[in-house]
Amino acid sequence: MKALAGRIFDAMRDLAPIVVVIAFFQIVVLQQPFPNLGDTFVGLVCVILGLALFIHGLESGLFPFGEAIAQAFAKKSSLIALLSFAFCLGFGTTIAEPALIAIAAEAAEVVALAGHIENEVSVREAYALNLRLVVALSVGSAVVIGVVRILKGWPIHVMIISAYVIVTVLTFFAPHEIIGIAYDSGGVTTSTITVPLLTALGVGLASSIKGRNPMVDGFGLIAFACLAPIIFILVYGMIA
Amino acid sequence: MEFLVGLAMSFGSTLRDVAPIVLMLVVFQALVLRQKLPRLKQITSGFALVVIGLSLFLVGLEDALFPIGETMATQLTASNLATTAVEVRWMDYVVVYAFAAAIGFATTIAEPPLIAVALKAESASGGAISAWGLRLAVAVGVAIGVSLGCFRIVTGTPLQWYIIVAYIIVMIQTVFASRTIMPLAYDSGGVTTSTVTVPVVAALGLGLASNIPGRSALIDGFGLIAFASVFPIMSVLSYSLISSTLAKRKHTPRKTEH
Repeated sequence: MKALAGRIFDAMRDLAPIVVVIAFFQIVVLQQPFPNLGDTFVGLVCVILGLALFIHGLESGLFPFGEAIAQAFAKKSSLIALLSFAFCLGFGTTIAEPALIAIAAEAAEVVALAGHIENEVSVREAYALNLRLVVALSVGSAVVIGVVRILKGWPIHVMIISAYVIVTVLTFFAPHEIIGIAYDSGGVTTSTITVPLLTALGVGLASSIKGRNPMVDGFGLIAFACLAPIIFILVYGMIA
Repeated sequence: MEFLVGLAMSFGSTLRDVAPIVLMLVVFQALVLRQKLPRLKQITSGFALVVIGLSLFLVGLEDALFPIGETMATQLTASNLATTAVEVRWMDYVVVYAFAAAIGFATTIAEPPLIAVALKAESASGGAISAWGLRLAVAVGVAIGVSLGCFRIVTGTPLQWYIIVAYIIVMIQTVFASRTIMPLAYDSGGVTTSTVTVPVVAALGLGLASNIPGRSALIDGFGLIAFASVFPIMSVLSYSLISSTLAKRKHTPRKTEH
């Protein structure tokens, strides 16, 4: 109970900047009154309470679980099981991601307006669905590559910089309209639940394998999961 | 009543988002690992708290923050229309850049995935990396990124040049960065743009692009998220470079102090 009170206090501190920024711009810059102050207050209480509960659940449930599962995999030392788990985690969390569904629909609209595909509902829907599949596959493969990197202890910067070079080269060949969407997609595919799980998995793996350091090898899964969609959407835009 | 309906709907959609993940975890746990989980009760209640907390968080955001944030974004971007200037001057939008930086910073501080990664980084590094330092560094990066992204929309310059230059800067910083901070810095690009930041920033981008003559909301409205994901990598790398230089300076005794 005491821990939860502390978390509520933390959550209030975390949200204070938003309240200050919105109040400042609303009152000083736009010089307008606050619409329905009561609703806003109730909403704010929900946000604070929700954040406190989320963080509490994260530390008591999600983190220990992610680490326990990583340790179990490290002990079992079945590479196929671990890699298929990594793929499913990446694919499964991405395919149903609401932000991805929204961005795929927008991409289809932009590409149709530019005349790259026929501007019909069925064509656009098929394009968006395929795009989602492509991105989910790419995130799944990225997590697999990331896990292999942790196992082998490959240096991350070589891989990330190669990915940057690939993105840069592809940008010159991809259709102009898709570039913005592709770049944005990297940020939206990793959701609130996926990030803690991936982090716990990576750090858990790195701490249970001999010779790996949780800081040097444990982090980085999210970075892979962010770059892969950019590359795959650019390629998809060139082919489809 | 309306509030309760919203809460129930938010709960339902969070549950739907989490269900496939939990299902997959259970399948792997039961069929592949076949091992008893330690502290099963605590983990289950933790997952329940995550779902309840996230639903409350989202319903609160939708009730309290998003409507105001979105209205403000549209009002700020539209307020310059009155000038009916033929040419778009980038200085006319200084207030928008300031708002972009402030709201980018503020929403990033409240971003749950970033809090998660920062907590994990603090514990994994044995306290060498402070969760607050990391969060502040990331938030500064997002602030600069979103602000510059708005400048790009106003001037209509191509997105790829900014991003490619940002990539080159990251590559140069990588040469000098310590190996312990690198993976965390790369990760911080992806964790910043989530539940809180994306809707507000997207509204800002779309508002700007649709209000400025000659910009298309569909094509120019995108890109702010990309800025918000690349710049934190730079700011976290800079933060680590600065703090390690400061630490070094602290250890070497200064002559003037005698």
